[in-house]
Amino acid sequence: MFLQQLINGIALGSTYALIALGYTMVYGIITLINFAHGEIFMVGAFVGLFATAILKVNYLVAILIAMVVCMLLGMFIERVAYRPLRKSSRLSALISAIGVSIFLSTLAQMLFGANAKGYPEGVFPVKQITIGSAEISTLQLLIIAISAVLMISLEFIVHKTKIGKAMRATSEDYNTAALMGINVNMVISFTFALGSALAAAGGVLVGLLFNAVSFNMGLMAGLKAFAAAVLGGIGSIPGAMLGGLLLGVTEVAGVASGFSSYRDAIAFAILVLVLLVKPTGLLGRKIQKKV
Amino acid sequence: MGDFFLHLLGYVNPYYLQIIVNIGIGIILALGLNVVTGLTGQLSLGHAAFMSIGAFTSAVLTIKIGMPFSINLLLTGFITAAVAALIGLPILRLTGDYLAICTLGFAEIVKVIFLNLEITNKALGLSVPTPNTAIPMPVVVWIVVLLTIVCVTFIHNSRFGRALMAVRGDEIAAEAMGINVTRYKVQSFAIGAFIAGVGGALYAHFMGYINPSDFGFLKSVDILSMVVLGGLGSIAGSVIGASILSAAPEFLRFMANYRMLVYGGLLVCMMIFRPNGLMGGTSFTEMVLRALGRKPRLKIIMEQKNSELTRSGNGDT
Amino acid sequence: MAILELNNVTIRFGGLVAVNDVNLKVEEGTIQALIGPNGAGKSTLFNLITGIYTPTSGSISFKGKAVSGTPTYRIAAAGIGRTFQNIRLFTDLTVLDNVLIGAHSRGKWNLAGALMKLSPWVQKEEGALLDLARECLQMVDLTYRAFELSGNLPYGEQRRLEIARALALKPAIILLDEPAAGMNPQEKSELMAMIKRIRETGVTVFLVEHDMKFVMGISDRIAVLDYGEKIAEGVHEEIRQNPKVIEAYLGKGAADAHA
Ligand SMILES: Nc1ncnc2c1ncn2[C@@H]1O[C@H](COP(=O)(O)OP(=O)(O)OP(=O)(O)O)[C@@H](O)[C@H]1O
Ligand SMILES: [Mg+2]
Repeated sequence: MFLQQLINGIALGSTYALIALGYTMVYGIITLINFAHGEIFMVGAFVGLFATAILKVNYLVAILIAMVVCMLLGMFIERVAYRPLRKSSRLSALISAIGVSIFLSTLAQMLFGANAKGYPEGVFPVKQITIGSAEISTLQLLIIAISAVLMISLEFIVHKTKIGKAMRATSEDYNTAALMGINVNMVISFTFALGSALAAAGGVLVGLLFNAVSFNMGLMAGLKAFAAAVLGGIGSIPGAMLGGLLLGVTEVAGVASGFSSYRDAIAFAILVLVLLVKPTGLLGRKIQKKV
Repeated sequence: MGDFFLHLLGYVNPYYLQIIVNIGIGIILALGLNVVTGLTGQLSLGHAAFMSIGAFTSAVLTIKIGMPFSINLLLTGFITAAVAALIGLPILRLTGDYLAICTLGFAEIVKVIFLNLEITNKALGLSVPTPNTAIPMPVVVWIVVLLTIVCVTFIHNSRFGRALMAVRGDEIAAEAMGINVTRYKVQSFAIGAFIAGVGGALYAHFMGYINPSDFGFLKSVDILSMVVLGGLGSIAGSVIGASILSAAPEFLRFMANYRMLVYGGLLVCMMIFRPNGLMGGTSFTEMVLRALGRKPRLKIIMEQKNSELTRSGNGDT
Repeated sequence: MAILELNNVTIRFGGLVAVNDVNLKVEEGTIQALIGPNGAGKSTLFNLITGIYTPTSGSISFKGKAVSGTPTYRIAAAGIGRTFQNIRLFTDLTVLDNVLIGAHSRGKWNLAGALMKLSPWVQKEEGALLDLARECLQMVDLTYRAFELSGNLPYGEQRRLEIARALALKPAIILLDEPAAGMNPQEKSELMAMIKRIRETGVTVFLVEHDMKFVMGISDRIAVLDYGEKIAEGVHEEIRQNPKVIEAYLGKGAADAHA
């Protein structure tokens, strides 16, 4: 029973982590909560759905297609809705981000209807594996495996490549990075691309896991992922991973112990608690604002 | 007096009456949010939650106790404000963007709680009896609109309002000027909630039926769009923004079908192209004074004092 | 009597000791200057005094009362006004509103006052605040700009407006962080006269400035900070000839050559 719930929690938490990474990376660089990030996740789920249902491709290919489409979408959104506001107040950028989010989810509702749609049967043949008393599905294992691969790749990009170095420099000190000749616009675009790709993969995986894709799936998932990012320490990549997993496990535990009607409130309760007790999160650094 | 109004309202097409009341309630809600977001610069994405608290509180007050409607409204406002202060105290210490998320989270929690409470009739929603007022509801709504405009205008042009604007402009500079930033944020939040609570109470009693799901995230975005369209911080703007967005779906087919799509685009475009709103940030008082060909009082006082100084011979430039 | 007293004040940011064991007294009614190379910790010291940062160790007292650990707004209301090196005006408000905000702690009426705006008590207070604001604007020659948006003012006037806003607190001491930065010689000499006038009204002045001519021309005493440590203190001549100071500014070789 315990093992069962733990695996359930980790599988769910991995998807939160994938989304949370996008929030944390963008926040790390331009201190903006990319409110539309949840909608990118939703679009990823839809692209995956169409890829499997219409193009009839393999689920792995579908994930790749979704990642590419969302990369472009993420960069486009940044270019159109955020870049013109980079010098304005943060309030303006945040309102613009909310606008994008509403726009995308309404558009999805108009194009794809209000009802949730399932992935075609047999895209991923689910088998149950029994380990001790726990019944674990191969889908859950797939989710955990793919998330792990993606996060390891991300760590590689951020720490071992030139652009990753530029990302870290920009997130350390935006102005200095610009002065040192780093192409900040490019770095920001790249960050949006990376984050969006991860969210898209998360979207397809969540679509498979719950077998439901709908226009409004982005709001709640996005908020929870944000809570996960804050729990881990906003701006910290390992923090987002840890926060996602912890949140997934907590939520599953909460539901298992009979709070299922408060399921969505759990994430917020955690969010508010973390912000009150340790605003820098579990792995975030304490930064004294320079005056 | 009530009879007189009833008689007068008898001439108005009920469909238009409904629109007029919706506009009034929209204005009240927008003005409330404008205090928090426009004047104090704190983005709240949970304004609908306070409307919800107000709606259910006053409905329950009417059903269980049945007091005069004016007292009901006041009490509802104070209860909503108290809730806002209570939750505001911890979360308002956070900086802008965290605050936005927390208010959103709070709104979701409020919704979930109301959906699970006996007294709010869970997911079925509540039927609200007509309030016992001598004056008909549409008139009550517009009296409250006027009162709100007056109060908010007073707040804008006062020591209190200036402190809120200082918080909006630069929290560190505000603190260095002796302003207790957290305290003013909490107060502004409570004022916004008070107004939203009253708006919710009016909504509940005018509609006659309320459901927790009516007050979700989209409703909050609705209100935010009104404020942004009119211009953050502008009272006249909120009035006009709320009027346009409350009436548009009734008259424009396009707006009825694509409302949220338009709102989304609107928020982005306003921020990029007209951050001061449709009106470009002109103020109500100034407009009225200019129409009357008068200068603002402050300007007159300053000019008087300066000319006194020049006459006494030690004036500067 | 020392109006402001720093005792062994230290602050660390991670590994960096930005202010290291500084002792300093500012005498009432004087113009005290603080100089030092870029990054010496001067602004940080002002942020410590105004409670924006809390010292890692040591204590600060104002008029004999400890202030370290008190919130910034209390320290301000107690009578410490300040300006910022990177100007922090309320740019979307008028010049007059900026100064009225500075006068915040000289008023009492809050929300209730706003709602009773037309009552004689509130009107009286508003009138008094307006008088105060006007006096402060006059002190820095900005009355003629009262109704302009502060963000539209030229740089030099923005710096002066910051001073007026700080004066509206009716402070006992005013901290000026590089008040002359970015000004031309003409503006600088006007500013010197203004600062002297401010001191005449009984306000102690504590200023950070890079322009030596300005510092030498105006201050009664000078303290020098280098890498967070106070390396010298005294009157003009003492500072000018102090080898440590010369070294800090010009490098080791220069100090030897001078000697
Ligand atoms: N909040 C902070 N976090 C980390 N380091 C800081 C912070 N504030 C200041 N510092 C560091 O402390 C040192 C002193 O900075 P400070 O701004 O006090 O220098 P300064 O003497 O005012 O220099 P300048 O003449 O250039 O204004 C610098 O190295 C600065 O980078
Ligand atoms: Mg400095």
